Amino acid sequence: MTTTTEAARPAPTGTEEPLVRLTGAGKNYGNILALRGVDLEVSRGEVTCVLGDNGAGKSTLIKIIAGLHAHSEGTYQVEGREVHFSSPREALDHGIATVYQDLAVVPLMPVWRNFFLGNEVKKGPVMDIGFMRRTTKQELLDMGIDLRDVDQPIGTLSGGERQCVAISRAVYFGAKVLILDEPTAALGVKQSGVVLRYIIQARERGLGVIFITHNPHHAYPVGDRFLLLKRGQSLGYYRKNEITRDELTALMAGGAELEELSHELSQAGAGSAAAAKILESEVHELGIDRVTTGDNP
Amino acid sequence: MSTTLETKPAPGPRQPAADERLAGRSWLSRLLNRPEVGALMGAIVIYLVFFSVAPPFRDLSSLSSVLYLSSTFGIPAVAVALLMIGGEFDLSAGVAVTASALVASMFSYQFTLNMWVGVLVSLVVALVVGFVNGYLVVKTGIPSFLVTLGTFFMLRGLNLAITKQVTGNVGTNDVSSIDGFNSAQKVFASSFNVGGVSIRITLLWWILFVIIGTWILLRTNIGNWIFAVGGSAPSSRAVGVPVNRVKIGLFMTVGFLAWFTGMHTLFQNNTVQSGIGIGNEFIYIVAAVVGGCLLTGGYGSVIGAAIGAFIFGMAQLGIVYAGWNPDWFYFFLGALLLGAILLNNYVRRRAEAMR
Repeated sequence: MTTTTEAARPAPTGTEEPLVRLTGAGKNYGNILALRGVDLEVSRGEVTCVLGDNGAGKSTLIKIIAGLHAHSEGTYQVEGREVHFSSPREALDHGIATVYQDLAVVPLMPVWRNFFLGNEVKKGPVMDIGFMRRTTKQELLDMGIDLRDVDQPIGTLSGGERQCVAISRAVYFGAKVLILDEPTAALGVKQSGVVLRYIIQARERGLGVIFITHNPHHAYPVGDRFLLLKRGQSLGYYRKNEITRDELTALMAGGAELEELSHELSQAGAGSAAAAKILESEVHELGIDRVTTGDNP
Repeated sequence: MSTTLETKPAPGPRQPAADERLAGRSWLSRLLNRPEVGALMGAIVIYLVFFSVAPPFRDLSSLSSVLYLSSTFGIPAVAVALLMIGGEFDLSAGVAVTASALVASMFSYQFTLNMWVGVLVSLVVALVVGFVNGYLVVKTGIPSFLVTLGTFFMLRGLNLAITKQVTGNVGTNDVSSIDGFNSAQKVFASSFNVGGVSIRITLLWWILFVIIGTWILLRTNIGNWIFAVGGSAPSSRAVGVPVNRVKIGLFMTVGFLAWFTGMHTLFQNNTVQSGIGIGNEFIYIVAAVVGGCLLTGGYGSVIGAAIGAFIFGMAQLGIVYAGWNPDWFYFFLGALLLGAILLNNYVRRRAEAMR
């Protein structure tokens, strides 16, 4: 367990190889190009946010990193060594753990059985149930979740709690890189805050975090790097000091599309013209013209 | 590691104390949370009903007969319940019992080999049938209901066709004079006396298999995986559970216990009719469902399936002891199944509400 938790957050240095580095990665499903030419890096103690709308290729990207699908173009390096995963198990063995949108928990099973699923602790031929119960309770307590009973089916927990069980499970089992697939998508404001707090905690323990979201307001406060995806391609890859929250929001909203939308509206008649004006001013306020024409780093 | 947590006060001593809120959960609620509790209540009710209306049912020898009949269905039901908890069905289990018996019988008889050779060959065949079922299910993704429906008909056809081809008859020849028959019969189909009551050995085997099945399910990581692949196969796969191997293993377990039951059939009767066993697969499934296994997987108990088989045995013989018209038996069985499912639903919902 000591291997899973670094006491202090190691400063990301320029000489150290990033935990995960994708270069020009792409994936075809038959003749469908799901992802093309994506670069991504995450180092120890860093949060890389992947933003994009539905169908932007976020899921394909994490499936490649998590080992569910092998990439068909480009390179994928883990700590400087090139890899080609054919199963999630291999990715896990390299310390890359994924917390999926649907949480990868089995709702009818007790919390502790879920926590240790696939990594059961054995004492001789049998499971050390006492140890697993105690550990689950303690680990969740450290995450700030005080469970009444670790024997309750995990389906009875709230969405945020389940998310945190999944995160603390990954951390406990020595994940070096944590991939979080839309962890805040189905949550209310308060629970989203709880999850964001765990992202920061994971970062401070020295983990690399890849945080997939479509909400720039969730991404900006915790992120160190931002990758924007659209229609399977990279729309931009920024460090935090290269982009402001408003620019990020603007990119996510699809600046060009907003402008087009306002153009459409203004042609529709007097009533729509007012709406078009509002949209247009929003576009300028967000500084979209600046970002969409800017060069990618 | 608590040093990195700034968001909450230091947790203090590492040992989490017993939670004071747990005291509110009574032993009754804990008991009602067991999946087999509905079946247990049903078994008690049915036992009391037959005990009061059928005087012959009260004899210890009748109980022994009921337990014997229950064991012949209860042994394969152990594996069928595990498979159902793992999220799959096996409709070929009933005829696989017959196929195992036929293979052992004909192999030893036709090649004039020791009985145990036929027994072992038959074991291999049964495991292969289980493997093929499992392999087809996990590799094609076709529901096990359809895959095993296919193997059910195939086995049914093979049982009849090969038996007729080999023996020229619909049944096999008597194997009781073959070397090794006596020792095999001792293992699979003997009986002994306890206090004047004859106990069949299958009862002991049944208890043993139930204990092993329960132990695997609740105490080992394999059991954890069985619950998980039945509850959510994609989630299990994502955390590294070898889903395909678990499912194939479960189908092979059904093959193993079908073989065991087939050996009992053979050494009990010395000959095997090729047409028997059809429909028994449903009895195994009924036993598992009555015992609290969820049809969709991920929940259930081996002990529950044993109680389910016991209910089946009580109902079948109880009707005879009570002097009722046995033509109604299957009607009762169906009503019993429906009742058990409703009771299970009620108990589970109640248990969840009590948490």
